[in-house]
Amino acid sequence: MAQLRVVGVLLVALSLVGCGRGAEVVRVAAASDLQFALTEVADQFVTDTGDRVDLVFGSSGTLTRQIQDGAPFSMFFSADEAFVERLVQGGHTRGESALYAIGRIVLFAPPGSPMVPADGLDGLAGLIEAKGVSRFAVANPEHAPYGRAAEQALRSRGIWDVLQPSLVLGENVSQAAQFAAGGDTVGGIIAYSLVLAPAMRDRGTHALIPADAHAPLRQRMVLLKDAGPVAERFYAYVQAAAARTTLANYGFARPE
Amino acid sequence: MDTAALRVSLSLAIATVVVLLPLGIWLGHVLAVRSFRGKPIAEALVAIPLILPPTVLGYYLLTTFGARSPLGQAFEGLFGQPLAFSFAGLLVASVIVNIPFVVQPIQRAFQAVPDQLRDAAACCGLTPWQRFRRIELPLAWPGVVTAAILVFAHTLGEFGVVLMVGGAIPGETRTLSIAIYDRVQAFDDGAAGLMSAMLLLIAIVVLGLTAWLGRPLEQRRG
Repeated sequence: MAQLRVVGVLLVALSLVGCGRGAEVVRVAAASDLQFALTEVADQFVTDTGDRVDLVFGSSGTLTRQIQDGAPFSMFFSADEAFVERLVQGGHTRGESALYAIGRIVLFAPPGSPMVPADGLDGLAGLIEAKGVSRFAVANPEHAPYGRAAEQALRSRGIWDVLQPSLVLGENVSQAAQFAAGGDTVGGIIAYSLVLAPAMRDRGTHALIPADAHAPLRQRMVLLKDAGPVAERFYAYVQAAAARTTLANYGFARPE
Repeated sequence: MDTAALRVSLSLAIATVVVLLPLGIWLGHVLAVRSFRGKPIAEALVAIPLILPPTVLGYYLLTTFGARSPLGQAFEGLFGQPLAFSFAGLLVASVIVNIPFVVQPIQRAFQAVPDQLRDAAACCGLTPWQRFRRIELPLAWPGVVTAAILVFAHTLGEFGVVLMVGGAIPGETRTLSIAIYDRVQAFDDGAAGLMSAMLLLIAIVVLGLTAWLGRPLEQRRG
């Protein structure tokens, strides 16, 4: 009998899983550089409309793979339009896609680091020569657009190869930022939008890397096959004035 | 504190125990008392998830049950949603990962029941089912409880497979251990610390429970 009671309790607990599903849940897959900016936009949206938006962050490549494998997202914010293009060709999307921002990368150093971001990539090159770089964080260039931009910038200065043994790769740019700010590295190349966030502001110094040092981070969003009316409203909301202001506050350039 | 993640974790752990316990009792009993050809192979198969990296299992589940695979498409046709990136998908992964944790303790417990006792019970005219229900299962009970608690605790801590086939969807596949990973990346050390403390507390309680419930019934009453 005791066992039966235990099973009963378990079943009641299990049934809780099914609760809380009524209104349309908009699940949004978003590139990690949007960790703070899009959270703020989504909070505004929820306040303004009363609708619910769930944000899931990851590298654009990882999220693209998950969407291709059937992850139940209604909308995708990529840090790179190539991934959106891939989903469009695979028939995973609905309607048009839209450029919502142009991203920028920064050189970032935590307090006490020998690296001075204001000296730019030249300063970093000098530090490498002086054997002053222990560990340097970037996002994984294989599937994170910000990692690829970092690689291009380092290559343009000719220090990608010499930096190889020192590189720490974040699974996405948010993790790279965490590595860069943790104090175990001299810093790293991360998203401008992340260093402007309140959570990051006091964790170190940064300097923008010239936009011509890498291919532009043309960030594109798209509605996915299962998108409903709330997702459509959010899609429009991100392109309206209030959201544009928020994105601009996080250092995103407005696409033309 | 991500209460939705806590609910997902607890639901997953409980569901895994509920699914695995009957299987574990049956398989553990068979492996303990019967001898048949291919038994070493069966035992090896049971143990495989112990040494298999979670990412390997995650990869196979993704390629077998993802929306682009025939099996995944069949599942989606039947239930209207894909198995990967759903709670059901996590449950399937969790059940496979935990097979050795449920079978092995139960098998050991049944093996510890003396053969003479089984023979005596048979001589007294008890059917195999009665022998199992009245003699073997009560004697092996501490092993069954240990198995259930191990599976529960191990599921709460599972990370690799969940990361690969889960997709961190709030209220569906974002477990507590994934939520901790996410919060750290969002520089939200407060929430990450709170959830870590939560899991630590659960681990301590579980260990205490194992020690208490693992003792034979009569000792616990006394």
